[in-house]
Amino acid sequence: MLEIRNLHAEIDGKPILKGVTLAVKPGEVAAIMGPNGSGKSTLSYVIAGKDEYEVTKGEVLLDGENILGIDPDQRAAKGLFLAFQYPLEIPGVATMTFLKAALNAQRKKRGEEEIAPADFIRSVNRVADKLGISREMLRRALNVGFSGGEKKRMEILQMALFEPRMCVLDETDSGLDIDALRIVAEGVNALRAKDRAFLVITHYQRLLSHIVPDTVHVMADGRIVKSGGPELASELEAKGYADFAAQTAA
Amino acid sequence: MTAPTPIRTKAETALMAQYEALRRELPKQAAGQSAREAAMATFAASGLPHRRIEAYHYTDLRNLLREAAPLAHRPSATAGSSVEAGRFLGDIDAHEIIFVNGSLMHAEGLASQLPKGVSIGMVADTAPGILDGNDAVVALNTALSRETVTLEIAQGVAVERPLHLAFIQDAGAPQAVFARVCVRIGEGASVTLLESHEGPNAIATQSNIGVEIAAADDARVEHVRVNAEGDKAFSLSSLGLSLGHRACALSLNLILGSAISRHQILARFAGAEAKLRLDGVGMLDGGRHADVTLVVDHAMPGGESRELFKTVVDDRANAIFQGKIIVRPHAQKTDGKMMSAALLLSEDASMSNKPELEIFADDVQCGHGATCGALDENLLFYLMARGIPRREAQAILIRSFLGEALEELSSDELREALGGLIDSWLVRRS
Amino acid sequence: MPAVQETVDRVRAIDVDQYRWGFSTSIESEKAPKGLSEEVIGFISGKKGEPQWLLDWRLEALRRWRTLEEPNWARVHHPKIEYDELYYYAAPKKGGGPASLDEVDPELLKTFEKLGIPLKEQAVLAGVEGARVAVDAVFDSVSVATTYKEELAKAGVIFCSISEAVREHPELVRKYLGSVVPVTDNFFATLNSAVFTDGSFVYLPKGVRCPMELSTYFRINEQNTGQFERTLIIADEGSYVSYLEGCTAPKRDENQLHAAVVELIALDNAEIKYSTVQNWFPGDKEGKGGIYNFVTKRGDCRGKNSKISWTQVETGSAITWKYPSCILRGDNSQGEFYSIAVSNGHQQVDSGTKMLHLGKNTVSRIISKGIAAGHSDNTYRGLVSAHRKASGARNFTNCDSLLIGQDCGAHTVPYIESKNASAVFEHEATTSKIAEDQLFYCTQRGLNEEEAVALIVNGFVKDVLQQLPMEFAVEAQKLIAVSLEGSVG
Repeated sequence: MLEIRNLHAEIDGKPILKGVTLAVKPGEVAAIMGPNGSGKSTLSYVIAGKDEYEVTKGEVLLDGENILGIDPDQRAAKGLFLAFQYPLEIPGVATMTFLKAALNAQRKKRGEEEIAPADFIRSVNRVADKLGISREMLRRALNVGFSGGEKKRMEILQMALFEPRMCVLDETDSGLDIDALRIVAEGVNALRAKDRAFLVITHYQRLLSHIVPDTVHVMADGRIVKSGGPELASELEAKGYADFAAQTAA
Repeated sequence: MTAPTPIRTKAETALMAQYEALRRELPKQAAGQSAREAAMATFAASGLPHRRIEAYHYTDLRNLLREAAPLAHRPSATAGSSVEAGRFLGDIDAHEIIFVNGSLMHAEGLASQLPKGVSIGMVADTAPGILDGNDAVVALNTALSRETVTLEIAQGVAVERPLHLAFIQDAGAPQAVFARVCVRIGEGASVTLLESHEGPNAIATQSNIGVEIAAADDARVEHVRVNAEGDKAFSLSSLGLSLGHRACALSLNLILGSAISRHQILARFAGAEAKLRLDGVGMLDGGRHADVTLVVDHAMPGGESRELFKTVVDDRANAIFQGKIIVRPHAQKTDGKMMSAALLLSEDASMSNKPELEIFADDVQCGHGATCGALDENLLFYLMARGIPRREAQAILIRSFLGEALEELSSDELREALGGLIDSWLVRRS
Repeated sequence: MPAVQETVDRVRAIDVDQYRWGFSTSIESEKAPKGLSEEVIGFISGKKGEPQWLLDWRLEALRRWRTLEEPNWARVHHPKIEYDELYYYAAPKKGGGPASLDEVDPELLKTFEKLGIPLKEQAVLAGVEGARVAVDAVFDSVSVATTYKEELAKAGVIFCSISEAVREHPELVRKYLGSVVPVTDNFFATLNSAVFTDGSFVYLPKGVRCPMELSTYFRINEQNTGQFERTLIIADEGSYVSYLEGCTAPKRDENQLHAAVVELIALDNAEIKYSTVQNWFPGDKEGKGGIYNFVTKRGDCRGKNSKISWTQVETGSAITWKYPSCILRGDNSQGEFYSIAVSNGHQQVDSGTKMLHLGKNTVSRIISKGIAAGHSDNTYRGLVSAHRKASGARNFTNCDSLLIGQDCGAHTVPYIESKNASAVFEHEATTSKIAEDQLFYCTQRGLNEEEAVALIVNGFVKDVLQQLPMEFAVEAQKLIAVSLEGSVG
């Protein structure tokens, strides 16, 4: 589903990604773990198409099509979703208005009809209930005045609503207490499906005990330095990242 | 230092000649004449204000107003107009009070159509009651307005439907319009005023409109002003607000039109514990120049003022915000906050902000903020990552940015109408 | 803060009479004839043995000055200054140019000792262990001593009086003098250009980090004397210097004029940090006497990645009129302005900064804290502008004012002009009194009201105090504390 080949990227002339190669199959949940500054968040931004990062080499394929060079909104319409580490606040734009604008923009690009208002409200409410998001929150401006946990739940709500096929979760566990973490993880698990893949980026093993991955990749200094099964996460938790940093240096 | 008498510009000379002509035309009424004489003397002494006059630093009228257009002729009292007043606002359920080229239309019939407790009239005296008579623009307005149209809301009357003062420039060639309106809102009365200005595109019309709104004790007023003048218009306007004890006033100014505009507001706290809200929405494109200058004068204790001005500047346009909060000695417990935020949408757009605090009382909470910058790239990316195309994402962000300044309006109908104007500007832009 | 009526009363009672630096020194001095004329300028220039080009430069300034009018846009009021009644040059008779400290008049040494300024190299600034600071001491119109010169010379740093620089390094002076503040910049700068007497000169060669803090102390002693010093600091590529200035004057009934010019030039990758503790005599409680402090300070970030940082603690002077500014010419250059202005009695402060963004990705930051007490007026006036080509310019401004008592005023007048869409300017300002709940919290913890006010005021100015070099922070803190003793707490 998602294939990254020898990806190099830099920001303001400073190289961050130095040859990332990685593949995620349909139905797979892949985790990327790594210390701060290893390039995890950059990877998620480059996949989603943030302007300020310059890709100097390599490809990112979604269903075999290179998506580098197309606008972020086009990528979203192709079924790519990035759950932000720090979801942005948009004052003055009601959450419902935003959700509808985004959903219809994606449908339009796929040549689908706009969603009927009643269906839209029904789907939002259904997902919101599962995630414990109140109607009152949906009426407020997007993410404005939301707590850290509420913002993360709002990201998961969008993921559920848009039904993307490739989901990238950037440090979704950061800033969450244990209860919020469970709600978020349940939201993600409920979306696991044969034709949907996940790339879960995290610093800690904690999230991975709630969202059990099929594969784990370790990232250090802009590269994937080791790949393995779920047991790799526990190993990391026990030993820390220091060993892997040494491998990078070699 | 006594400044040497400046050499008169062509426009200054023309304005003074127009005054002489108008004086011969107007009926000789002592009260009115002396105020005009004094105002013209003030203008003659100062001339058009230029950049070294602090309040006009960014809008140098001596330089900008090269030609004074001839005074518009007074239309016959019942003449129709080529445009339907306020059409551009959509359907607003309001009592219409129409001014064509500065003159009140259908004055006779109006009185009977207005709701109970609302009366309209005309007086010859144009002396300002709230506005600063020493300001050159106000002085010109005093000297060259044919009369003061007065609107009174009787004590305790709550006027349900808005009163819509619709000003229309009906012009086929350059012309200048001067008008003065004075609204008095009685004790405990409440009213919504909509003031709209429209005119033809491609004609260099000029206007100088003075509006005074005096809210007595416990009165409430919401005032919405829309500048939808033509794209060559030169528009000067002055708003004087006076707030009695516990009075509550909101004035919102939306700028959509004019090649050059300057809207100045002087709000005086005449009674204690009054509340004032001033908001603004500016949409500037092409080579427009728009200046909003306000002075909020807290002369009495316990007053509260909030100002929120949002401006988007595109193409080569130039926007100016000057806002001063004054807290006089003994105006203790004053709470004043002012914010001006601007978005520059193009390389050649410019914005000047000059928020000012002048504070002489110690037990106060006052502040101001000013920001200026481009659309937030992170927000744009977030929206695009959710599937929204760039241009649409920009529109959403601009809409929400401007929309914040409409939030305090209590009338949903008016808020929607103004939102519609923002939307149509955004459509025009894309 | 009506709650602290006691404080307000004490302000009235004590006011600024406790100015500690108000003694005068009886030292024989030599003066130029009173008034301003070509002859007086010839006298000053001759005294200093200046070359012809500098005399011509001064005379041109005088000619231009006569065509200018005193600026009137600042929020300050004062009786007309009679420029012909002033002395433009006064020098201690024994001074002039001492070869070593041993030759300095012992009365002078005592004066600076009283001020806590070490002119002996082994001495250190009061209260700071182990800190070494090179000092240039200017008494009325002349520099009387410069310390650590040899050690600085070893590092290649030139630190001397500007008179000496004119003699020893004419090529540098001629190249840079007036290149940041042109002769005709403004009324007071032009006056200074005509009559400047002494001041400090610093040159940092390429790549040199100055091994110690440099500082100049200014002292006006003579009556009816104006002080017109001129400071010129040039930081060549990749160099760094931190420079401090302090000023005091005796109590006099009449007003004295101080019109200085400071020019800073930072070339590629250079950094200049300039700190001022200004404690000129502020006048007595009736508002009589005190220094008129009309100063033009400007830094030019001429090179890319250069940085100029102004920090000022302004507690003195009857009138302060100064706007230390940065011209951010070089790409990626940075300008900073940190200010504490305390006004009390009948003091009038109109101060702020200008940040002119000309180069790409230039960054500026303004933090201003004004405290007005007594019958004073305290105005922040500033300009932030982005030129069309200043893509990526950033400014953050924060101006806070605190009012103590009902008879003072605090004003904020910022001009923010952007002609570039990618420039991001943020400005915020507040004016308030000390929050009752903060006071209550402190008093509940056992502080009396005055201590609580002092504590809160110190917190209020902390962001700026932290910017001062350690050696000066101690002194500034003491100074504010003294001002607070009578004025706020």
